[in-house]
Amino acid sequence: MRTMAPPGHVRTPFYLRGKHGVIERALGPFPNPEQTAYGLPGEARDLYRVRFTMAEVWGEAAENPDDLLEAEIFAHWLEPLDDSHAP
Amino acid sequence: MPHDHPDDPFHHEGISPSGHPYRKDDDTPLSYWQCMEIAVRELLIEKGVTTPAEVAAQIEAMDARSPANGAAVVARAWVDPAFKARLLADASAASREMGFDIGTLRLIAVENTPQVHNVIVCTLCSCYPRNLLGLPPDWYKSRAYRSRVVKEPRKVLAEFGVTLPEDTTIRVHDSTSEMRYIVLPMRPPGTEGMSEAELAALVTRDSMIGTGLPRRPA
Repeated sequence: MRTMAPPGHVRTPFYLRGKHGVIERALGPFPNPEQTAYGLPGEARDLYRVRFTMAEVWGEAAENPDDLLEAEIFAHWLEPLDDSHAP
Repeated sequence: MPHDHPDDPFHHEGISPSGHPYRKDDDTPLSYWQCMEIAVRELLIEKGVTTPAEVAAQIEAMDARSPANGAAVVARAWVDPAFKARLLADASAASREMGFDIGTLRLIAVENTPQVHNVIVCTLCSCYPRNLLGLPPDWYKSRAYRSRVVKEPRKVLAEFGVTLPEDTTIRVHDSTSEMRYIVLPMRPPGTEGMSEAELAALVTRDSMIGTGLPRRPA
């Protein structure tokens, strides 16, 4: 996940930014909420469910490293990793 | 009159004659957003976009939705494997198939198994499958639940009375965007031969959020 922090309404939680995950499923295109929140016509952006391990999200502080966390993330917040980074 | 207090009719403190502590009236000024809501609503009515009756009818429709709707869906999935497959493939379509008017709700059902236990949260606000389950419980919207369940779900579940085996994986679903979620809990043992309606009575609201388990048959 990208670590950018643009101003305005975004639906990408801070606690997941910069973390590595895998795509659980593709949900299809949706109007970008970063535009629709301001009454603008949202461009269609692909939305994905992304799966993270608790170890990846919380590091040493994870309650149980193998438990999972999944969230919906728009494509413009994602960037590809090489396989060695996948959890 | 029994409710008059001749000693001090305006300042109620301590315990009332009926034994309840007095509470202050809720006499705070309207907040910015409350004023905004009233202004927008009055404008929409003035301009003929909507009517007070329509607003009241929508509130009634929302209040009429309850976890019983979700419980009926879960019970159907327990007794009908083909329906369960359709529910897991497209929970919105499966709910509509049962006659529930869920509007534009995009619903995903996530299945609990002996290996996986699912829990739902919305860390950003309070996204909840309202169109199927009705209004969320207050704790679902609390900062404590929203911030803790993504970090220490086992501790939070234990506080709800749910302790899972260590080798059960917990999958926490953060409803960050367009989808809403419902947990399909495991059918409790000892329910063989129960009717769909009897099974639905075992399905609690919390079992569909993942913070509880279905009731055991009496």
